[in-house]
This record gives sequence, structure tokens and C-alpha cells, in this order.
Amino acid sequence: MTQDTHYNFAYLDEQTKRMIRRALLKAMAIPGYQVPFASREMPMPYGWGTGGVQVSAACLTPSDTLKVIDQGADDTTNAVSIRKFFEKTAQVATTESTRAASLIQTRHRIPEEPLREGQILVYQVPIPEPLRFLEPRETETRKMHALQDYGLMHVKLYEDIARHGNIATSYAYPVKVQGRYVMDPSPIPKFDNPKLRMAAIQLFGAGREQRIYAIPPYTDVVSLDFEDHPFEPSKANHACSLCGADHTYLDEVIVDDRGGRMFVCSDTDYCATRQATGAAPAQTATSQPQEAQP
Amino acid sequence: MTPLFSVRDLRKTYGGRIGCTDVSFDLYPGEVMGIVGESGSGKSTLLNCLAGHLAPDAGQVFYDTRHSGMLDTLRMAEPERRMLGRTDWAFVHQNARDGLRMSVSAGGNVGERLMAVGARHYGQIRAAATDWLGRVEIDAGRIDDRPSAFSGGMQQRLQIARNLVTGPRLVFMDEPTGGLDVSVQARLLDLLRGLVRDMGLSAIIVTHDLAVVRLLADRLMVMKGGHVVESGLTDQVLDDPQHGYTQLLVSSVLQA
Repeated sequence: MTQDTHYNFAYLDEQTKRMIRRALLKAMAIPGYQVPFASREMPMPYGWGTGGVQVSAACLTPSDTLKVIDQGADDTTNAVSIRKFFEKTAQVATTESTRAASLIQTRHRIPEEPLREGQILVYQVPIPEPLRFLEPRETETRKMHALQDYGLMHVKLYEDIARHGNIATSYAYPVKVQGRYVMDPSPIPKFDNPKLRMAAIQLFGAGREQRIYAIPPYTDVVSLDFEDHPFEPSKANHACSLCGADHTYLDEVIVDDRGGRMFVCSDTDYCATRQATGAAPAQTATSQPQEAQP
Repeated sequence: MTPLFSVRDLRKTYGGRIGCTDVSFDLYPGEVMGIVGESGSGKSTLLNCLAGHLAPDAGQVFYDTRHSGMLDTLRMAEPERRMLGRTDWAFVHQNARDGLRMSVSAGGNVGERLMAVGARHYGQIRAAATDWLGRVEIDAGRIDDRPSAFSGGMQQRLQIARNLVTGPRLVFMDEPTGGLDVSVQARLLDLLRGLVRDMGLSAIIVTHDLAVVRLLADRLMVMKGGHVVESGLTDQVLDDPQHGYTQLLVSSVLQA
């Protein structure tokens, strides 16, 4: 593998990578705890995954295989630009296959394919503080984490039920990690919450907010709820129009300007793999457009 | 009979200035104590020190906890003190906005303390909130309204409901009737008196309104310049004031 001499391996300098790795080790040692780190300026805007990119850069080795997904898809702008970034600066192999990847950077989804030991899942996190919109003072939220003072989180869920009749929070659904820290799992749909207990290492990087946190393999992750309003992972009540899967998280795609729509797997790699092995929808699942009234 | 709350030689200074000093008293279960004095006399500083919002420079504040008897709350670990602050104690702010979450519905405001101590059953939390709104004379139909849609008097009553929902034994009140008009004040006082009697609450009420302490307080402490200048039974102090300042205070009340 030839190294592009214009860049240090994986863009960041070695001291920065060391600093991030120290934060990562601390985060792994205290599951769900937000470790501050000296986030660097990256050659992309905040909100494009600067935290995730820094964590990935600190974890990548020349023998890694990288996969980048954005909302489950491998071919969207964010995923493509980050994949290209690491192809250029680290010359690592890239893939679209969840199974073949050793490091996966993701935005807003967990792959449908269960991850195995040895894989690393890196999340891009916009707002790491689950209590942010309930308590704006960072000094106070830190104290609340330290004292396990989490009654306020349930006030939010209470408000949801009082206003909507059920817990309407559908993404960034708060979880409690190993019975200790309440954590924001980044804006993944709550459908993905049960998958947070997995065999792979999960690392969360928030670049603008300068926080890193982690969930080690097989750590207990419990979604918060009420006894009489238990947590329910939700998805669109359809099967995928391309591969027929009825157990995956679906995107709704509008296909024309007359109300026609279809539901497809948001995980493009999973959907393509299923189609390649012969899976097909039971019948045409595209809903018929409304008859145009004369 | 052992006191519920016992204060010894409490002192708080702001640099060279005295906030309050040499304050000692005992409060017995079911007793209501008033603290009166002019602005800047150290009433609020004292109350905040007692409730753990300010750290005093010297002295002890003992509280008769349910599980392990008399403890010095100033030497307690912070989680323990916070727990006390939201179970056995209550704090009613002068301005209801300081004590309420304005962006959360009335029901959520009342339920917050319950959820903070571990209630995880929505139906029960809601039932408790409905019950308490009734007790402070707020229509149950307003349970999902935000406090910003409430009048000042209703906000103050909501704040009281939110504080009393966990069945505290000691309530700190900082000018609970301040900023309310006279008829609303009367109603609030009536309500407070009823709640204090029914629940057997002990309370410490800071006010500059002598009518409030006359109505609610069993005992009275008069403060001036950070010192307690006179204390005793309310009627005794108000009807036969001994200290010069108390005499001035009593005589300066307008007779309606």
C-alpha cells in the first residue's frame, strides 16, 4: 500500500490521535459517560460528522476495511464524501458490505445485519447531551449525570404521553447504559434501540460538542419508559417494496406527484444482499395513486 | 419531644458584609415559624442557607431524618441532601416562575418530584397530579396546560402543589404571597393554612407582611442587619414588641 505523502495516515497527526484514543479508552471504561476531548477542525462542516470522522481516524489501521453509511444508505452525499476522505488520506479498503467491514461509520442508523465481535461501529452525534432541551445549563446536567438525577428525562416522556397519548419520541430515544448513565444514542430511530446491546464496539463522537462516549460489547442498554406505557420500537407498517422484508426499518419514498409512494429498506446493503439471494416482494407493494377526479 | 429542625450559630457573610449571623433556633414538628424583617435584613439569605441553596460559613443545621435521626445537613453528601430536598423538604419561591418549569405542562410539573424519586407508572403519576391540582383549587381540565397560561395566583398554587406532592414534612417559603393582589393573597393564605393543618407540616415562612405571619405562624423571629433581634410567640411579639425595631415594624403597618 503506497502512502500519500501529503497526508499523515488518516489525516490527523499522531498526537491528536493519541489524545482521542485516550478519550476512547476512558469512554469504554465508563459506558455511557461523555468524555470531553479536544475536537479538531476537520476539512468539512460541523454537522457532517466531524466527531465520527475523528473517532474513525483514531481507530483506523492500514489493514482495516471501512464502510460509511448515512441513514442506512451507502450512496448518499455524506457517506460518499467521508468514504472518499479516508480513501484519500488513509488508503484503507472500503466496502459497502456490512459483513466485510471492520470499521463502520454511521449516521442515524444501525445496520440490519447483526454485527459481530471485532467490528467497530462509529456514530456521528449532533447533540450528545440527552438532557439538553430539558436543562440548558451544562454545569447542571453534568451534576445530574454525576448524581444519577434523571427524573427530568421521564418528565419529557410524561409530556409526550400527555400531549400525544403515547411516547411520541421516535428518534434519539434516551437509554440507560448498564444501569448507570442516561445516554443519547444519536438520532437513530427507536426501532434500532434494541440493537444497542451488541457484540461490536460502539463509539460515539460529537465534534462540535467535543464529547466522546462508548458502549462496550454486550453492555446492557435499556430504553426508558413507563410501566403502563412500555417502550415500543416502531416502523412503518409495510414490507419492503424491493426485497419484501417485513422486519427492517423502512424509508418512505414518494414516486410521483399523485400520492404514489413506496416503502424500501433504509439499509441499502441489506436490501441489495436480500435481492441478490432471490428475495422479492410478495406482491406489488407500491400503493396505487388516487384516481384523478375529472 | 425532639425538634424536627435545629439550627446552631449559623453565619453567612458576603466578604466583609454580614448576610446573617448568630442564628440559632429549634423547630418542632407541626410548628410554623415566621421570619420577618425589612429588605436586606438577611431573611432570604438565612432561608437559602437553611434549605441548602447557599453554603453557610459556620454553624450547624440539624434535621430529624426518617431513616437515621438527627443529621447535620451541611455535612451530608450532596445526593443525600438533594434527595432530602425533593422528598422531605419543599421550597416555595416568591416568584412562581423560579419554582416551576414553564415549558412543561401543569401535570408534568406536579409529577416531576414523583418521577425524580422513582415513580414510573404514568397512570399513577397522572392521578396524583390530578388529585393535587384539586387540592390547590386548580380545575383538573387544566392539567395539560402550561404554567405560562396560568394567572399569577394559579402559578403560585401550582408551585405549592408541585412541592407538596411527595408529602414533605418541612416547607420553606420565601414570600409566598408576594406580588399577588389582596383577594388572591387571602385565598392562598387560607389554602396554605388548611394544608399546613391537614398535613401536619412544619414550615418556615419568610415575609415582610405581618398579616401573613399573624395568620400562619406560631412563632416569630424578627431580623435586622443579619441579627435576630427578637423572637417568641407570634401574638406575644406582635402585641407586645420589646425591641425598638420590632416596635417600629409593628407600628408602621397601615390600619385598613
